[in-house]
Amino acid sequence: MNLIEGHIAIEPPQGATIWDVDPYDADILRAPEDYYTALREKGPFVFIPRYAILAVGRYEETRQVFSDHENFVSSRGVGLNDFKHEKPWRAPSIILEKDPPEHTRARKAMARALSPKAISVLKDDFRASAERMVDALIAKGTFEAVTELAEAFPTDVFPRALGMTENDPRRLVDYGAMVFNTLGPDNELRRNMLAKAPDIVPWITAACAREKLTSDGLGSIVYAAADAGEITQDEAGMLVRSFLSAGVDTTVTGIGNALWCFARNPDQFDALRADPKMARLAFDEVLRYTSPVHTFLRTAGSDTELAGVKIAEGTKVACALGAANLDPEKWEDPERFRIDRRPIGHLAFGAGIHGCVGQNLARAELEALLGVLAEKVARIELVGEPVWRPNNAIHALDRMPMRFVKA
Amino acid sequence: MTKITYIAAVGGQSTVEARDGDSVMSTAIAHDIDGITGECGGSMMCATCHCYVDEAWMEAVGPRQDGEEDMLESATCEVKTNSRLSCQIKVTAALDGLIVHLPESQT
Repeated sequence: MNLIEGHIAIEPPQGATIWDVDPYDADILRAPEDYYTALREKGPFVFIPRYAILAVGRYEETRQVFSDHENFVSSRGVGLNDFKHEKPWRAPSIILEKDPPEHTRARKAMARALSPKAISVLKDDFRASAERMVDALIAKGTFEAVTELAEAFPTDVFPRALGMTENDPRRLVDYGAMVFNTLGPDNELRRNMLAKAPDIVPWITAACAREKLTSDGLGSIVYAAADAGEITQDEAGMLVRSFLSAGVDTTVTGIGNALWCFARNPDQFDALRADPKMARLAFDEVLRYTSPVHTFLRTAGSDTELAGVKIAEGTKVACALGAANLDPEKWEDPERFRIDRRPIGHLAFGAGIHGCVGQNLARAELEALLGVLAEKVARIELVGEPVWRPNNAIHALDRMPMRFVKA
Repeated sequence: MTKITYIAAVGGQSTVEARDGDSVMSTAIAHDIDGITGECGGSMMCATCHCYVDEAWMEAVGPRQDGEEDMLESATCEVKTNSRLSCQIKVTAALDGLIVHLPESQT
């Protein structure tokens, strides 16, 4: 069998447009909008020869692939590697990289720990932390928004929420970036991040142990599911690891992207200031508009067909969530950032049984932070050109010099 | 086409045509039904698509999905025996005429 990037090198299927593009090219990863547009325009499924994969970017088909966990499985990896044919770099996640029925068990325990009810008790702490940070940054004047706010806020509140007794903000942020970069091809981004694994992974693994967690954080709810016999103790540790891989870098990205949106659309920040209760809904529009997770893959578990294209077993399908979230067939004026849009059904958190299990935590963090900004800040100003950081799965800022004008 | 009727807590009702395979939640969103929020988009993570299935339709709709019980605990309004997350009710021809009652609030 001929493998490319650890998966079956399929032939171009009939009905799919062939496009010789590298979606993992650093320039495309920094500014993906033109790639998104071309991907949508070329057809429902595009065959990309250099990786022998299908890519999908129209809203309807992307949603269908993402919602159909029976035909498009996650257990063979959500990156380019097919776990059926190549050993993954780490033990697969028991929630992200599994199908039912194993997935269902893990998901249930995780969903309980991250339910709106479980998260609601954290709101006061999130708000207090946001107030402290925003006050300090207003007083400081010019600051670096990625490190001093987008990274600083989640790495302050998240370890406390989880009940971690040791914190290492740098490793927490880098672990997420590493996991997401490994979803791409064997490129420089992936190799550079994997080189950091010997430093980061042992620390992460140790941090997930039960004795390193308090008895009143979200992590303890996961371990309680193990005590109840729903999952094993080892699985509980694996799920706490999932908190760390999926819960930090993504929120860091969401905050950076939100600040970027509001700095470039002052009228929308004015609208938020006029009604700070819009914060939660505004975050959904940030997600639609900037799609922090730009691409996840699925694998065809058996021969199937969608939009008239025959998809062979073993085909890797790259779902460009960022493209679907800007599809003019689905969204009116998709290029406009509008906080009153109410973009229910956007795919930034995925869809279906694998839809982001941590979304309530992300929403609570952003609701607190955007709410505080709306009250304390009159204007969010860029004081230099923002720079995007290429990552094989995440669309995040690298640097963004910024200033908050006091309200 | 399958018809679904949504009855608001304050009175008033809407009957809409649903596509088979969609959920009772996504059908409500597509038709701008007030009273269903569906914040998470159908991943059973938010409990803002809570509805009460009309007693006459309980059997046809079937039991709650695995994990649904847990998430219903986060619902804002009272959870009753006929409470469901409408994202977990898939529209089929067998549900033609389905009636669901909406709670006073979802958040």
